[in-house]
Amino acid sequence: MTQRVGGVRIENLKKQYGQGANAFLALKDVNMQVAPGEVVGLIGPSGSGKSTLLKCLGAIIDPTEGVMMLGDQVIYDNGWKVRDLRALRRDKIGFVFQSPYLIPFLDVVDNVALLPMLAGVPNGEARQKAMHLLEALDVAHRAQAMPSQLSGGEQQRVAIARGLVNRPPIILADEPTAPLDSERALAVIRILNDMAREYETAIIVVTHDEKIIPTFRRIYHIRDGITYEEAGQGRPIN
Amino acid sequence: MINLASRDILHSWGKFIFTGMGLGLLIGVTLVMAGVYRGLVSDGKSLLDNSGADIWVVQQDTLGPYAEPSSLNDDVYRGLLGIPGVEQASNITYLTMQVRHHDKDIRVMVVGIAPGVAGKTPGWPRFLVAGRHITRSHYEAVVDIATGLQLGDKITLRRNQYTVVGLTRRMVSSGGDPMVFIPLKDAQEAQFLKNNEAIWLDRRKTQANPEFNRPNVPGLLEAVLASKTSNLSVNSVLVTLKEGVDPAQVINTIERWKYLTAYGRAEMEEILVGKMISTSARQIAMFLVILAVVSAAIVAFIIYTLTMDKIREIAVLKLIGTRNFTIAAMIVQQSVVLGIIGFVVGKITSSFSAPYFPKYVLIMPEDSIMGFIAVMIICILASLVAIRMALRVDPAEAVGG
Repeated sequence: MTQRVGGVRIENLKKQYGQGANAFLALKDVNMQVAPGEVVGLIGPSGSGKSTLLKCLGAIIDPTEGVMMLGDQVIYDNGWKVRDLRALRRDKIGFVFQSPYLIPFLDVVDNVALLPMLAGVPNGEARQKAMHLLEALDVAHRAQAMPSQLSGGEQQRVAIARGLVNRPPIILADEPTAPLDSERALAVIRILNDMAREYETAIIVVTHDEKIIPTFRRIYHIRDGITYEEAGQGRPIN
Repeated sequence: MINLASRDILHSWGKFIFTGMGLGLLIGVTLVMAGVYRGLVSDGKSLLDNSGADIWVVQQDTLGPYAEPSSLNDDVYRGLLGIPGVEQASNITYLTMQVRHHDKDIRVMVVGIAPGVAGKTPGWPRFLVAGRHITRSHYEAVVDIATGLQLGDKITLRRNQYTVVGLTRRMVSSGGDPMVFIPLKDAQEAQFLKNNEAIWLDRRKTQANPEFNRPNVPGLLEAVLASKTSNLSVNSVLVTLKEGVDPAQVINTIERWKYLTAYGRAEMEEILVGKMISTSARQIAMFLVILAVVSAAIVAFIIYTLTMDKIREIAVLKLIGTRNFTIAAMIVQQSVVLGIIGFVVGKITSSFSAPYFPKYVLIMPEDSIMGFIAVMIICILASLVAIRMALRVDPAEAVGG
């Protein structure tokens, strides 16, 4: 198990694509802070820099300037970065996508257990951890099923379990409720809130979904590469 | 760690099996091509083995009797029997021709064998699978079963009919034509027999020649005419040696005193394999190279396509921290499994189809092993293209945007 570090902090983050006359500043000034156990929304129109921010946070692309920290660990500081980004993604960042993107040739339990296995956890132990999460997300009864045999909601819950299984300090959820109806979308947000509290994970949900936006206590708007913090309604989910 | 390759194969086993079967047919054709070459060599060697000779004596300065025409007088063998070390010397003729059976023409090599003892006299069929050996001086034949003839069948050679009294197996010419053994005298006649019109014209010319038709020399014309319709030539004399005799010494003696050319087993094999079938062998080698290249290209294309189908999964795997080695191993393992399925299908296909080819196809175990190793190497090399593509997949593709 990786050592826990809490929350995420981003200061003055910039990302520039291209050089010289072709230079384009996708992120101009991004500042964010998400506490452990907190779920925040990230909202913005197309082309505002959401995807670029998500890729920077996910250690997929390098920022150009600024500071990114996971708890007390600096992962990027004005040109300096953690050397093994692959291990960082595996151990400290969870991903939940708009489409679940489960591995189609692995059954549900192995889809979830794959991450700890990649980190060197023995197969039996990894499957045990996966089963605990699947039980918590109420999909343990489909543990032996293949992804193609699951409903959309079940697939998304399995994807959440995969994002959580290594107990990362941060989960990046990219439009996780887009393909779901209101009821299932709210169910997913409830699960994310429960899991954030239980595992002390900071969750950033990128969304356009009007159904779930009122549930966030805090929201970050991003416009032209600049983030603006706003208090959310924090509407309870029944 | 779970094996991603095996899970993917089990998940889409139908796709792998059918792709492997397609590949297998290509591998099967490649194995058959190798078998055709081996069959050519085997036919050449079996021709030598079946003759039972240690030395082939032929017309001076020729590569006969298989590679070039050779003509010897049929009493040469008497002189050869007197050479120290020679145990048996036996006349033989070879003639490739079409044999008529009912309405069907069969291409065969007609072998004229001198009277002797089966299993002892060189040139005789070494074993029979049915019937008996030739016991009469005329009009009996022992045939290879590849002719499709049965015991008791009648075949027509020139103007005579022969009864099949025995069947043998794997007695073929270097070109793969099945052999028909007939008595030497009949074969000599068949070899040089002219048609009736030609004989009649020849007789008239001879009768009209005052040198041969002298009223005061009775019997001269008949003797000349008789000499023109009989043939005293054979193609070769097959010689066997006594135990422990050096063939080189006997060959030296024959060539020095008899004004003939003699070949030992190794030289005759070189003539057959090295000279007669070398062009065919090179032709087949070219086919093999082309087939290997085509197979490699197809395997590479299949593996590349299979990997392309998994771009999104590979992007997700990379995003969640899967090592490049694990992804590369998955692709290589799938390629190797595809190769194994293909080889098994190819081996079964080639083994079952080989007997149906008109010429002998010999698939040697060592060729199969070499083929398997080549398939594995091709599969591994072919997977490199897909691995290169997979390792260039950006994890960001899983995120989109």
